[in-house]
Amino acid sequence: MEEFEPKIVAFCCHFCAYSAADLAGSMRLQYAPNIRIVEMPCSGTIDHRVLLKALEDGADGVFVAGCMEGDCHFLKGNYRAKRRVSHVKDLLRAIGLEPERLEMYNLSAAMGPRFAEIANEMTARVKGLGPSPFRKQTGGDA
Amino acid sequence: MSSDKTGAVMVVGAGIAGIQASLDLAESGYYVYLVERSSAIGGTMPMLDKTFPTNDCSMCILSPKLVDAGRHRNIKVVTLAEVREVAGEAGDFSVTLGVQPRYVDPDKCKSCGECADACPQDVPDAYNQGLSERKAVFKLYAQAFPNAYTVDKENCLDCGACVDACQADAIDHGMEGETLRVQVGSIIMAPGFTAFDPKALEYYGYGRLPNVVTSLEFERILSASGPYAGHLKRPSDGREPQKIAWIQCVGSRNRRIEHGYCSSVCCMYAVKEAVIAKEHSAAGLDTTIFFMDMRTYGKGFEKYYNRARDENGVRFVRSRIYEVRPGAEDAERLLIRYGDEQGVLRYEEFDMVVLSVGMEPAADAVTLARKMGLPLNQYNFLEPAPLSGVATAKPGIYVAGAFAGPRDIPETVTQASAAVGESGLLLAEARGTMVSEREFPPERDVAGEQARIGVFVCNCGINIGSVVNVPEVVEYARKLPNVVLAEGNLYSCSQDSLVAMGEAIAANKLNRVVVASCSPRTHRPLFQETLREANLNPELFEMTNIRDQCSWVHQAEKVKATAKARDLVRMAVAKAALREPVRRVSVPVTKAALVVGGGVAGLTSALTLAGQGYQVHLVEKENSLGGLAMRFSEGLRGEDTGSCLREMIAGVESHPLITVYTGREIAGVAGYVGNVVTTLTDGREIRHGVTVLATGGEAYSPTEYLYGRDGRILTNLELDEKLAELAGAKTFVFIQCVGSREPGRPYCSRVCCSNSVKTALKLKKEDPGRQVFILYRDVRTYGILEELYEEARRSGVIFVRYDVDDKPVVSLEDGRLKVTVTEPVLGDRLVIDADILSLAAAIKPAAANTRLSQLFKVPLNEDGFFLEAHLKLRPVDFASDGVFMAGVAHAPKNLEENIAQAKAAAGRACTILAKDRLESHGVVAVVDPAKCAACLTCVRLCPYNAPRIADYAATIEAVLCQGCGTCAGECPNKAITLQSYNDKTFVASVDGLFTEVS
Repeated sequence: MEEFEPKIVAFCCHFCAYSAADLAGSMRLQYAPNIRIVEMPCSGTIDHRVLLKALEDGADGVFVAGCMEGDCHFLKGNYRAKRRVSHVKDLLRAIGLEPERLEMYNLSAAMGPRFAEIANEMTARVKGLGPSPFRKQTGGDA
Repeated sequence: MSSDKTGAVMVVGAGIAGIQASLDLAESGYYVYLVERSSAIGGTMPMLDKTFPTNDCSMCILSPKLVDAGRHRNIKVVTLAEVREVAGEAGDFSVTLGVQPRYVDPDKCKSCGECADACPQDVPDAYNQGLSERKAVFKLYAQAFPNAYTVDKENCLDCGACVDACQADAIDHGMEGETLRVQVGSIIMAPGFTAFDPKALEYYGYGRLPNVVTSLEFERILSASGPYAGHLKRPSDGREPQKIAWIQCVGSRNRRIEHGYCSSVCCMYAVKEAVIAKEHSAAGLDTTIFFMDMRTYGKGFEKYYNRARDENGVRFVRSRIYEVRPGAEDAERLLIRYGDEQGVLRYEEFDMVVLSVGMEPAADAVTLARKMGLPLNQYNFLEPAPLSGVATAKPGIYVAGAFAGPRDIPETVTQASAAVGESGLLLAEARGTMVSEREFPPERDVAGEQARIGVFVCNCGINIGSVVNVPEVVEYARKLPNVVLAEGNLYSCSQDSLVAMGEAIAANKLNRVVVASCSPRTHRPLFQETLREANLNPELFEMTNIRDQCSWVHQAEKVKATAKARDLVRMAVAKAALREPVRRVSVPVTKAALVVGGGVAGLTSALTLAGQGYQVHLVEKENSLGGLAMRFSEGLRGEDTGSCLREMIAGVESHPLITVYTGREIAGVAGYVGNVVTTLTDGREIRHGVTVLATGGEAYSPTEYLYGRDGRILTNLELDEKLAELAGAKTFVFIQCVGSREPGRPYCSRVCCSNSVKTALKLKKEDPGRQVFILYRDVRTYGILEELYEEARRSGVIFVRYDVDDKPVVSLEDGRLKVTVTEPVLGDRLVIDADILSLAAAIKPAAANTRLSQLFKVPLNEDGFFLEAHLKLRPVDFASDGVFMAGVAHAPKNLEENIAQAKAAAGRACTILAKDRLESHGVVAVVDPAKCAACLTCVRLCPYNAPRIADYAATIEAVLCQGCGTCAGECPNKAITLQSYNDKTFVASVDGLFTEVS
């Protein structure tokens, strides 16, 4: 059987997390090819429904990445994101899906290495959990 | 002065001062030449890891400004350039610039780094302070603008390897330097500083002992983008240090090497480095700061210091350092020999020593200033003219940043905006004459059309194409829903590709465009311009990053990288189909300012604004203008404050554009940036576009040290007023920090040390036979003011430090005024029979601040001063657009600093007043009133005060909205959506990802 290659959706804020992912690229840091980044103006933009929809569609893992706490470009959006992620984790627990499939991270634009680390960390974690029960097709197409 | 003025300004130096000045100038209607000696803009800030006191990542807060300045249509960035000659006069200078060749065409360079990979020559990397190496062809740092490489000819072997490696044909070793001549109306000098080189002070061991590093080297060590990728390591063996010492005042407060000034920033950055280093250390790092006086005098600094000491466990040792030498047993360790406060000789070993190096003026800046005939002070700083904040000896030439004397980032940014305010006074009549706006053809209405998407997949030379199979991705894209065209490009961003893209849009009636290439952070605006030229709204564009976030990070996994690129394109296409045009909303601007407060700051702001042709309404609650400064006899450095104030008041009262309302206060405020209606307590309505809050401060009336019980016990302010009557008094005692740095008022009042020292000196000068004591906790005579302290000690003023737990005791016995204090060197009680006791009483925020904060919906900090939008980079702005602060309303500061900040507030306000209409910031949040329950969630949440309730539903003022979408995410009924980033588009992306197309 082919090795399980998870698909992980990463909602990244423009000013910090997305920039950190770009920096990881400039630094040519190699990390797991399982992350699909969706750029957003601020992690505070993320809505419960979007997180749930990603998991329902079959994402094996989802993470939201915002600025460091206290550093939000929009002052406090990342705190709102943190609360929403934590709330959705509770919902996952309630429906019997591993809450570990969802995570909130904070990183600064200078933290390219941390972005690569998060990508690997999340990939390893989700590999450990196995494919999402919502996944429509199996396959190694990462 | 020239009568024919030029509406352009030259800014010398592209550090944060130069960048801020350029942005403010360009937004106020002036064309800017931003001249930088190195190959990229940014200055020192990109090298810093975190910034105090917020621990913000330096690069995070700077990089949006780099992009804004780099892309601004009316800012011409000239790198690798030096000013050769300045001729002419204020209003019309001719400047000759010498520009070194870059040997790389920045328009062709894609910043891929293939040239550096091919280059065989390693060179110490100055950006990393020599702790790592770069190649002879290099980019200063990853986020640099211009986003292009440079050949360092001095170290180049001329082997041609880079030329062969460059797919874009951007490198040309035959490039020659050029001479540019530009005409400008004014010049802002912002060349910054260089860090002191501690090799000259051999006893610190720097240069001999590898584990002795400078603070700037330590910043790079801490930085995630630094030589050790943010891992705390010592240079000699890469081991993680367990114990680090910081040594303060290296190259500062040292008259022997003619650095008699305090560098102002080192105390705070050392505390910050110690705190951050602890965060980096898994094992629990031991940190010690060896210092003379802890000078945490700025806004929020004292709390940061207290937290570092009490919560983070940073150890502070008051000491004199004699020597750093190799450890007794382990030569890689370092032994510090020092004297403690009692003068006892002590030894202690550390794994690493950080030297807190001071600032000095850059040598080339000194040469340039001399050539321009600008007089420098004895340390070669270009100090502003007295009580001007920014003026130099030459009209039309202003100074900002550390070249004006050591200062931190917020003061630098403030001074930059102040220089813009001042420059506007000179050039107002030429405003708008040199700038241009780009014209685009009318937009095609795409409403009701089925999505017709064009997909352009970039190879980026071989940057993408060598990993991702681009033809396969293009082929795949053709099969996706709504895609009518898919093409591969060698470089999507090259001029020919952009022209072809425009033609393809027209030929195929495309109404959505997707580009899969590099980062939207750098390239989205470029492609959006192409859409606009092709009659499409720029929001009908979607971009996905298959280089920085795909080919570059999965170099060995070509199949998986290609699969990921397919996914990313599929997601972008799905999202693009839902993209809708966004029309920017604009509102007219009422070209008038309201200034609240008629003290020095308010008067200065009013004059700076009115001098540029804007109507000003100045409201003062007292019956006369002048504020607290009317009680000063002189400035800290002997400036004639009285005549300066009288001149200002006369200027304000006689100015045809200024209306003064004394004896009145603010009663109501309605509207928002551009159009505000403020009602005064007498019912009068004022219409204005911007607001400056300059409410000043109040003097604390001490409850301690028997104040009020005896006529000989005064505050410093009262002493200053009574000085002439005290000719006979022989013994004076000053007690510092009265009501400051105390639990109820934990901040430092900043000016009291310099104020007491100045008065002490004056007392001594009047009568050298007098005894003058200053009882202090830390002497905080920062910057050039350190000279006052030095002079006071030489004149025989006696400084006695007291401990906060063992304060001086004041008693009245048989009519004698006695002050008892523990002398820390001897440990004995010192009893002084005082003729006069002067208390350095705290500066309190104005009582009116609380009410004004409610009326204008702007925040106060815990201490009751107004809270700026960002402590580092927006020191005079509120988060809500159009409201600014100046002077003590923001935090305690001296007169010179008040004037600078007041000019800065005016400079910032002009970026709004200069415009006829204000535009919304691209994407904004919009409310569906049918769904809104008027629950106030958005109103409470928004930091910018953009939502408000009208007719039982929220509305969001487009020009106030910054587009973060936090309200959209939080709205319980999903009545709010963020344009271009609504939940539908996110869901479409995600759905696209999981909808395979065969």
